[in-house]
Amino acid sequence: MVSLTILSSTLAVTAAITGIALVALALWIAGLISPRSFNAQKGEAYECGIPTRGESMAQFKVGYYLFAILFLMFDVECVFLFPWAVRVKELGGAGLVAIAVFFAILVLGLVYAWRKGALEWK
Amino acid sequence: MFNFSVLTNWIDSLLRSFMPDWLTVVTECVLIGLVLLTLYSVLALFYIYFERKVCAAFQCRLGPNRVGPWGLLQSVADMFKILIKELITLKHTDKFLFALAPYLVILASMLAFAVLPWGNGLQVINFNIGIFFLIAVSSIGVLGILLAGWSSNNKFTLIGALRSGAQMVSYELSIGLSVLTMVVFAGTLNVVEIVENQNHLWYIFSGHLPAIIAFVIYLIAGTAETNRGPFDLPEAESELTAGYHTEYSGIHFGFFYLAEYLNLFIVSGVATLLFFGGWMPLHFPGWDAFNHIMDFIPSVVWFIGKAVALSFIIIWFKWTFPRLRIDQMLALEWKYLLPINLVNLVLMVLVVVNELYF
Repeated sequence: MVSLTILSSTLAVTAAITGIALVALALWIAGLISPRSFNAQKGEAYECGIPTRGESMAQFKVGYYLFAILFLMFDVECVFLFPWAVRVKELGGAGLVAIAVFFAILVLGLVYAWRKGALEWK
Repeated sequence: MFNFSVLTNWIDSLLRSFMPDWLTVVTECVLIGLVLLTLYSVLALFYIYFERKVCAAFQCRLGPNRVGPWGLLQSVADMFKILIKELITLKHTDKFLFALAPYLVILASMLAFAVLPWGNGLQVINFNIGIFFLIAVSSIGVLGILLAGWSSNNKFTLIGALRSGAQMVSYELSIGLSVLTMVVFAGTLNVVEIVENQNHLWYIFSGHLPAIIAFVIYLIAGTAETNRGPFDLPEAESELTAGYHTEYSGIHFGFFYLAEYLNLFIVSGVATLLFFGGWMPLHFPGWDAFNHIMDFIPSVVWFIGKAVALSFIIIWFKWTFPRLRIDQMLALEWKYLLPINLVNLVLMVLVVVNELYF
């Protein structure tokens, strides 16, 4: 609001503290007024009603991991495009050619992943 | 248009007149924090009410209508109810991560919330990399959801969290590329400059075809990013009880609920900012009388009005399309939206370089 006198980074920290304060405050109030009781059944995981079998923090389908890796690749490339995007006109032809090469590599990556079948959900 | 910076500068100089500099800054930060906190909660409560009323209308019901006039206080009553519910401590959870997850989710939405420009001269954080900062902080939310699902030590939450992670991470790419397309057009990352550039015409009109494609993709990806509508498979109640927040009770669950509704507002707010001129009134070049009349409507009303209208469309999706399967959801993103987005980016560059916009 008062961007003239306070640095934006100070305000960002303020917003972050506000978010943390919201959670802490609400938890504190809830701790004061909410009831507390404990029994063995209540502490169990909310699943099917029968006792849980095995560990739930287990190995999981690798497909999710694959998509996370793909995301990482494309997202980092997307971040590299941002500085150029702000100055498309000023950078002109040379900038366009440079980014076209970069962009082609990006598309090539997508085509490769697609042809390899990495985008199929198996 | 009334410029709200007059008001904030007045408060600033008033505080400065009887306080040392450092105390002024501290006081202002506390004030801003309080304003943010109030706005955040009021908006979330309004959105819960809004969603319930809209859902009711789509299903030919009345919706909440008992607490307060037209049921307006229903969500306030719900919030109090959720506060007095017990916070159940589970035996096999990872206690630290379990407690940390709601903080991350709320933190992400609060930081993104603070970047939005509410009106003329009325925004909290005015970074020169505003829109980039917004994308960056809103991706912290995924971490919170993954932690929530993992630390609960429950099969439902684990599946819910991984689905949610895969979905949010994939669609974040589309959001990023849509925003990138509009940044190419705007030539700036500063939120205030983006809004002021739309003084003569909103980007969705001046950017014509590529802007409209970017908007449609942004809206689809935004719906997926908030885990709503046809993309609500992370919390598909018929298969996963409640997805990643199954094990959370009382206000702990309330945080996820709050953040979800706030994210709906943030997604619509960013769409408003990038495509519909933020707080800028509807202007058409040459229509001076019309533009002048539009200027009488305050900028805050414009921003909130546009954001709520877009949220209405996103809620509408939920009641129109059937839920997707995980493979369909991933195929939609990686085989359709991403290639279309890349082509659209090239199209936008061509439009900008050849000055084919209005």
